[in-house]
Amino acid sequence: MKIDEVPNDAGKLDGEKELCYAEDTDGNYVAVQSEGWEAKNIALDQAWEYIQQQIEKALKNIHQGAVSNLAYYMAQNQMDISLLSQYSGFSKRTIKKHLKPKYFNQLEEDVLKHYASVFKISAAQLKQVPTE
Amino acid sequence: MNIKLDFTHHQTAHCETGATANLLNFNGMQTTESLVFGIGGGLFFGYFPFVKLNYVPLTTFRHAPGKIFNSFTRRLGIKVERKNFKNQTQAMDELDALLAKGKPAACQTGVYWLPYFPSAYRFHFNAHNIVVFGRQNGHYLVSDPNMDHPVTISYEDLQRARFAKGPLAPRGKMYYPVNVPENVDLVKPVRKGLKEIAFNMTRIPFPLVGVRGIRYVARQLEKWPQSLGPKMAARYLGQLIRMQEEIGTGGAGFRFLFASFLQEAAEILSRRELMELSHAVTAVGDRWREFALLGARLIKGRSQSKDVYPQLAGILRTCAAQEERIFTDLRKIQL
Repeated sequence: MKIDEVPNDAGKLDGEKELCYAEDTDGNYVAVQSEGWEAKNIALDQAWEYIQQQIEKALKNIHQGAVSNLAYYMAQNQMDISLLSQYSGFSKRTIKKHLKPKYFNQLEEDVLKHYASVFKISAAQLKQVPTE
Repeated sequence: MNIKLDFTHHQTAHCETGATANLLNFNGMQTTESLVFGIGGGLFFGYFPFVKLNYVPLTTFRHAPGKIFNSFTRRLGIKVERKNFKNQTQAMDELDALLAKGKPAACQTGVYWLPYFPSAYRFHFNAHNIVVFGRQNGHYLVSDPNMDHPVTISYEDLQRARFAKGPLAPRGKMYYPVNVPENVDLVKPVRKGLKEIAFNMTRIPFPLVGVRGIRYVARQLEKWPQSLGPKMAARYLGQLIRMQEEIGTGGAGFRFLFASFLQEAAEILSRRELMELSHAVTAVGDRWREFALLGARLIKGRSQSKDVYPQLAGILRTCAAQEERIFTDLRKIQL
């Protein structure tokens, strides 16, 4: 990559800049800042679209009564059962149980608080999910 | 506790090499990111379908996390201290104690829990390296190699990031140089780094790494639309592009960073041939960029997907052929 080919397609860095390596006019390598690159932005968008789909899917299932609120906060935090199990210390089996509304609704306050702390929210927030 | 060490923050492309270079500069050894990367034997290619990140196979353009720091410091005779922790409070206490002694330390963290990081990049990626160089009003002063300027982070957030869970969990990992030799001869370390990279890229008898790994991905990629369906194929492709280009590679999956190292190596070893190799690596890096751009446009649906996958595989094969020539030449040069 030549120095004048370093892309500046802004969008994903919240105004930050990242460093790229490129050849200057004499063919010597220099480090230059870049605001981003279209190819990367597209790949990132795709990854977030997928996360968004997971969140919407979770919400739909919650409103149909198929799963508990846990599913929404897991999707929002990009966690699957295995990762949540590692963060919470609960076994995968326990989490699967808590994903069922019937068991989730009977959970004691300290268990809810524990889950909430993993997601960096309050227990009260955990009891609610957006309507759509 | 209010401490601010006289630490100079330099932005770098990659976090591990950047944290290492910045730490060593503080300890009186002037070095660059690309030297750390090259001497540490950083360049690599590996495709690991049995390791899944977000249900998608792991592709890597660099060696394992921690390896570059370890090899670099070993080759230069720098004594280092590395520590993992079970107890989170203890991990934070020891960091404080180090700062009190006037020593900055690098910490391995999970990007997801770093509030200052660009939000679009906050995935569960746990091998991000930062340097902590002070503590003021309950907040830690952080030199994050990917950022333009130093940042701050709260005690709770840093603790959480240092104990992120999942693949490559940092387990509170903290590392710093203890003893840095005053005068180092770079000739031998540079040779070792070059040899190691050339070997890793061409001689490992395992089909998923090095040049063979690139060819393997090319073969797989052609089949993705049939074997996975168009949606999943696009996700596999997107992940590949992200591993190649996402924050921290300096462009083209570390190829440009490596080309920069080759130029420095040409000077240190006074070998013109390495300068020519550097330009060849730049050329192959440009192919990788082409691959990313074409792939990205396919993902966005701007090109007809049917013929694009074979075309993408074709670019990968060119990359493989070019890299095979480069690293075979590098092996043959009597350094």
